[in-house]
Amino acid sequence: MGKYILKRVLLMIPTLLGAAILVFLLLRMAPGDICAVRFLGTGMAVAEDQIQLCREQLGLDKPQIIQFFDFVWGYFIFDLGNSMWTGQPVTHEIAIRFELSMQVAIMATIVATVIAIPLGILSAVRQNSMTDYLVRGFAIAGIAIPSFWLGLMIILGLLIVTQSWFGEPWMPPIQFKSIWEDPAHNLAQLVWPAVATGYRYSAVATRMTRSAMLEVLREDYVRTARAKGMVEKIVINRHALKNALLPVVTILALEFAFLMGGLVVTEQVFNLNGLGNLMVDGVERQDFTMTQNLVMLVVIIFVFTNLLTDLAYAWLDPRIRYS
Amino acid sequence: MSKYARFAAALALGTGLAMGASGPAKAETPKKGGILNFIVAAEAPSYDGHKESTFAMVHPTRPFYSLLIRVNPENPSSPTDFICDLCEGSVPKPTDGGTVYTFKVKKGVQFHDGQVLSAQDLVATYKKIIFPPEGVSSARKSFFTMVESVTAPDDETIVFKLKFPSGAFIPALATPFNYTYSAKDLKEHGYDWHEKNVNGTGAFKFKEAVAGSHVEGVRFDNYHVKGLPYLDGYKALISRKMAIRVQAIRGDRAAIEFRGFPPKQRDDLVAALGNEITVQESDWNCVLLYTPNHGRPIMQDPRVRRALTLAVDRWGGSQHLSRIAIVKTVGGVVYPKHPMAATKAELVRLDGYGTDLKASREKAKKLLAEAGKAGLEFELLNRGTDQPYKIVGTWLIGQWRQVGMKVTQRVEPTKSFYNSLRKTKNFDVSMDFNCQSVINPIGDVSKYIGSAGNNYANYKGQDQELEDIYAKLVQEGDEAKQREIIRVFEKRALSDMAHEGITLWWYKINPHRSYVKGWKIAPSHYLNQSLDQVWLDK
Amino acid sequence: MVTVSEIQTEAEFEEVAPKKPWSRILMDLCRKQPLGVFGLAIVIAMILAAVLANIVSPYDPLQEHYEAMLAPPGTDSFLLGTDEFGRDILSRLIYGSRTALLVGFVCAIIGATAGLVLGVASAYFGGLFDLILQRILDVFMAFPLIILALAVVATLGPGFQNVMIAIILPFIPQCARVVRSNALAIREIPYVDAARALGFSNARIILRHMVPNVMAPYLIMLTTFLGQAILLEASLSFLGLGVQDPVPAWGLMLTNASEFFEGAPWVAIYPGVAISLSVFGFNLFGDAVRDTLDPKLRSR
Repeated sequence: MGKYILKRVLLMIPTLLGAAILVFLLLRMAPGDICAVRFLGTGMAVAEDQIQLCREQLGLDKPQIIQFFDFVWGYFIFDLGNSMWTGQPVTHEIAIRFELSMQVAIMATIVATVIAIPLGILSAVRQNSMTDYLVRGFAIAGIAIPSFWLGLMIILGLLIVTQSWFGEPWMPPIQFKSIWEDPAHNLAQLVWPAVATGYRYSAVATRMTRSAMLEVLREDYVRTARAKGMVEKIVINRHALKNALLPVVTILALEFAFLMGGLVVTEQVFNLNGLGNLMVDGVERQDFTMTQNLVMLVVIIFVFTNLLTDLAYAWLDPRIRYS
Repeated sequence: MSKYARFAAALALGTGLAMGASGPAKAETPKKGGILNFIVAAEAPSYDGHKESTFAMVHPTRPFYSLLIRVNPENPSSPTDFICDLCEGSVPKPTDGGTVYTFKVKKGVQFHDGQVLSAQDLVATYKKIIFPPEGVSSARKSFFTMVESVTAPDDETIVFKLKFPSGAFIPALATPFNYTYSAKDLKEHGYDWHEKNVNGTGAFKFKEAVAGSHVEGVRFDNYHVKGLPYLDGYKALISRKMAIRVQAIRGDRAAIEFRGFPPKQRDDLVAALGNEITVQESDWNCVLLYTPNHGRPIMQDPRVRRALTLAVDRWGGSQHLSRIAIVKTVGGVVYPKHPMAATKAELVRLDGYGTDLKASREKAKKLLAEAGKAGLEFELLNRGTDQPYKIVGTWLIGQWRQVGMKVTQRVEPTKSFYNSLRKTKNFDVSMDFNCQSVINPIGDVSKYIGSAGNNYANYKGQDQELEDIYAKLVQEGDEAKQREIIRVFEKRALSDMAHEGITLWWYKINPHRSYVKGWKIAPSHYLNQSLDQVWLDK
Repeated sequence: MVTVSEIQTEAEFEEVAPKKPWSRILMDLCRKQPLGVFGLAIVIAMILAAVLANIVSPYDPLQEHYEAMLAPPGTDSFLLGTDEFGRDILSRLIYGSRTALLVGFVCAIIGATAGLVLGVASAYFGGLFDLILQRILDVFMAFPLIILALAVVATLGPGFQNVMIAIILPFIPQCARVVRSNALAIREIPYVDAARALGFSNARIILRHMVPNVMAPYLIMLTTFLGQAILLEASLSFLGLGVQDPVPAWGLMLTNASEFFEGAPWVAIYPGVAISLSVFGFNLFGDAVRDTLDPKLRSR
């Protein structure tokens, strides 16, 4: 097992380095610069020398190889540099938004789990029945509806419904408050994006639960249990579900990792001050330091989640270690 | 329809408020207290007014600071009405043949940290703006090229000495970015300190800011105008999506947004909330242009460029687009409400401004045919911002289609849009705009000469005649003659040579919760944002 | 590294799909997969709309009607109403199906096929080539789909072609991974060894023996990509990076609508429904393909 862990950890190094190079190059190849955005985007006349001054102050006139070295070296000395837009440390900017993104990811994963597991089981147990079709239709619709559209409709629906019921239109708060500070305010804001994304992400997990259950239900020991005349419910709960859950948990874990940074569009729609929004801002402003570190953060979270699930698999199923 | 009746009523109320001279707005006694929540569409890079040039910095931070002179908050729609902010009495007239301006500094003004303001603070501030040391950035240094020196003969007097008389000096001084800093802060903390820290003499003190989320200000009890401000504080909430900004006002998460909403959103808000919404509207000192790239062979022929402008139905566009986009007024090179602007009778003489659309378009087709460019195909470069760029861009393409041109659109986000416009010059025709704070026609129209830094049409050195007309305009002292010269300039730039094409002037619409009182719309989203006169009727 | 699609397919495709005539498969599909047939019907309707757009559209999709801006459905002969420029929404939707299908099919086919080639090559040649290729794919798969697409469009600039590239790029490693794990199993099957022993060329072994045996996962990935591509294009459009006006495209229509939908909900509802329905159709169809091609699920 120790050897397997070592091998998996070592394999992460080329992935992370490759990702760093890819991000760095993609950003530098994009046309435009942050100083033009800062001074020209408003339509006021600003002298060219001021733009040049801005570039010098941000170190954009340094050779790219030095910029890349600074970027990677930052990870070894725990100094990721400052955002080129606000001038604040990148770690500070990320820390402000981390709690929100984390919470939405957790809540969305809970919503996805609550939807996916019962529906997936139901669908598998009643394979090819009307129930199965309905569940699968519901799940696929979750992937098919664009999340930003769903978001806009949820907010508009809330405004219209509350106005016709209570006379005053209500919308979720648009400023984040920590759940420890003001739980009611916090949940009133975050429950909507969590439901919208949770539903969306439940689709894959529902299908996974269904196919894993179908597979397990065909296994010999389940057939034996059935043949012995055990009650269907017990068969499902005691025997089938336990074994079917592993791949489902994996899927949920990986989706959680994606949710941490992948809520780009949803955060825009619900005006959430999270990592996804920071990423969009960073890309739009050509804020190199911010964007490259943020993308790397998402990649690192994802790669580590992957590592953990692989290790969990290997631990549960010794065959994998030797393959 | 009741929806429109309600809208009309709200609009009437708003206009009444905007005119301000009489009516209910004046009769009411302001109430004290309350927190004003407002929405800002973007996040400011820093809080240093001297360095930045975005409204996203002005809206949240202007209330922290005072200016030497400012646009009259009672009459912000006038392009020429300025009052003292940190000076005593009224704005002084120049002496010594128009080259010396002497201001008496207001006494007993306190900074938020307790320092007392003196003329030295203003001198330090204006030296930073006009003569920044090497490596210190000052975005509007070029506004003050006429200034020779800034001095303080004593602690209560500040003197600006100009190199030559200039009508552009007072408007430059009233620019809302000229935040007054303390000389001590600049000396002790350095020139970068104000990027992240606040210490001003404004009506509100800095309370809290969360990056990407909000900025909060709280009432400053020792504000230099007695009895003000009315508010206990304010919170500027950042929201990037238009739909959210509108919904925030509808759901009362915020009371107002100061930049401007499109007409459709105004109608929707009024339809949903009736007289809980008040609408203020004004012409806007921003103009949307299209810029033909003279560096491209197809755009070199003036006949082709004239055909471009002749195809555009500005009078019709004014009616149609003003229902969906933040543009409305047909105009020439000067802000339409300024005395220097062309009247309708003067405008219709220009290509593309005529009232006989059919004739104009026939002429366009004829010019194209003469130039051997019938069925011209090209690409329109546009900026990836819905309002008003993409909407007006799509409209323009439809206009050009009417004379047989085939136009596709390439939309780029702001960063690469400016890269294409300035550096690679990789476009046939591009959307372009000119947007200033204090209205200053002689300065603003420099956009149309080929040698201007913000002219992207690439005809530098190709039209000396236009440059000469502009030089004459700058040297002319008499206003009536200035106006005549501008007409000649306008005809050459927009019609005879058709170097640039004006689409429509922007139109500022601010629908807000009716309980917000004391704020009057200005012709620029940069102006009248000190919030000291604003109060809540709750 | 384990990925979403890999787990799904590894769990489902350990066995090699036995050969079966395509007509049988099609018939099975109809009988056993009512959902799939429903999906297929949606897809066929879309294709018909795209092909016959200039016949069935009541209006020119680019023609503005300023006298009828944002007209509600049913006004005059605008069946689904008009948008902010008075353009007929129904006509724009019909023409928009061309854009959607183009994005969907081009991205799915190129993405899946490139993945097929890389996956099979990686499995067949193995060794250093496999090791390096897998590390490169690891890098691409370490990014969430939308983030990679966002970064690519930011680099190349917005526009139709660039958006398609941005969508295709993340698809390739997904498909390559799945194909590789299936191809690895086939590589060990005696007849491949036999073919090699007989001295057949690499190309012949790959084309004759490996590729046909990984067609099942290939087709499954391809059908999955169809819907994903359409959705990704819509998401990128929402961020202002997709297809541009006046081209009729659903994602773009929906994006423009986000400014007008409060007072004129139809401008958002119909394109939203069109996108959802088409992705729904593609996914149902894809699911059916998956179930049919997956021997274990079929045998039950």
